[in-house]
Amino acid sequence: MTASPRTDALLGLAASQTVGPFFQIGFEGLYQNELTVPGLKGRLVTIRGQVFDGDSLPVPDAVIEIWQANSFGKYAHPEDQQDKPMDLGFTGFGRCPTDAEGRFKFRTVKPGPVPSSTETPQAPHINVSTFMRGLLDRLVTRIYFSDEDSNRTDETLNLIDPARRSTLLARPVSGESDVYVWNIVLQGHDETVFLDF
Amino acid sequence: MLPLLRGYRKPSAGLHPPHLCPDYKSSVKRAPTHALVQIPQTLSEITGPVFGPRHLKVGADLTVQGKGEALGQRILLTGRVLDEDGRPVRNTLVEIWQANAAGRYYHSVDQHDAPLDPNFVGNGQLLTDDEGRYQFKTIKPGAYPWRNHPNAWRPAHVHFSLFGPAISTRLVTQMYFPGDPLLPYDPIFNGIRDEAARQRLIAQFNWDTTVPEQALGFTFDIVLRGRLETPMENRL
Repeated sequence: MTASPRTDALLGLAASQTVGPFFQIGFEGLYQNELTVPGLKGRLVTIRGQVFDGDSLPVPDAVIEIWQANSFGKYAHPEDQQDKPMDLGFTGFGRCPTDAEGRFKFRTVKPGPVPSSTETPQAPHINVSTFMRGLLDRLVTRIYFSDEDSNRTDETLNLIDPARRSTLLARPVSGESDVYVWNIVLQGHDETVFLDF
Repeated sequence: MLPLLRGYRKPSAGLHPPHLCPDYKSSVKRAPTHALVQIPQTLSEITGPVFGPRHLKVGADLTVQGKGEALGQRILLTGRVLDEDGRPVRNTLVEIWQANAAGRYYHSVDQHDAPLDPNFVGNGQLLTDDEGRYQFKTIKPGAYPWRNHPNAWRPAHVHFSLFGPAISTRLVTQMYFPGDPLLPYDPIFNGIRDEAARQRLIAQFNWDTTVPEQALGFTFDIVLRGRLETPMENRL
């Protein structure tokens, strides 16, 4: 068997394994579903939801991690060199385990648009990784906002079958201002679109 | 003009275990049925959380978390976090958790009839150094039974969680011990289809890091996704 010289020179990647049922022991130190900090600019929002399995039962032992830009569309990361304001103390990272009913919740700021690989910036979105017992590799997806016009031109949303796009849209809850609902459905009707990059 | 962004190489197909592994029963109702949608890497994917000392809530010595010393065989877990090109992944957060020497987790859901050790919680955190090195002192975890199939036992393992520089490099895995007779029977370990990739998750015994009269040394290097050579097109 021959491999290209380039590939030969690479070290072998570590493969993924499940977090199992006891991740709380290791993950609890970074549990953080309140991302807002004093003086944070932008529109503060709550995003809540539930995780469901293939029997439509809530998943009580999942953990959700989010990563997002601030309201200006700037990530708190050295490789984001855009000339946009930072928010002191806003890390953009959250981690929340699901409860006995499979529920999770984040309070954060609605992110601004960030650059895409085309001329048109990406619509505001939050990057999501989901880990749980039963998943030997994480599931990655994104949360978009259903009331955002720029979704129409979003590069990633447009790569998704239109019939399934709505699974990435968090929807405003009527009667509660600045609250959105977004569920993760692992299988079946309304199965969430999961991404790879 | 923004500097050009460098993305990350994609793992070869079959490196990571598939989501659906029927031998691993709990994957059956949790694995998505649709294929993943491939998307380009953008600023969103090549950035990720940056952690510092203020995020560390526990130390890297798991044997001294209680009033007394933890029970069991003391071990020193050392290694390096590298990218595929062999470059150290510096200052990156590593979280570990594990069962105690009797194979019992310090967790309310674990009902395995084995003793808890009041002096062992089984969690550790650290940031890698400038060479990507890490070192945990802990107890060799015991094997434990689970209900996946009749008489199922998990091989001894330590859970590892790593971030690397971006959400593209985020990885959760498990480290196993050399010579464990349970490895051939474990559907989680064998969910990795690639033999060489499975072997890479097995630590090696190391005389050089074994501390006389103190602790057995094991080495476990962890390789995260490396950079693409060609910058990506990303515009404002």
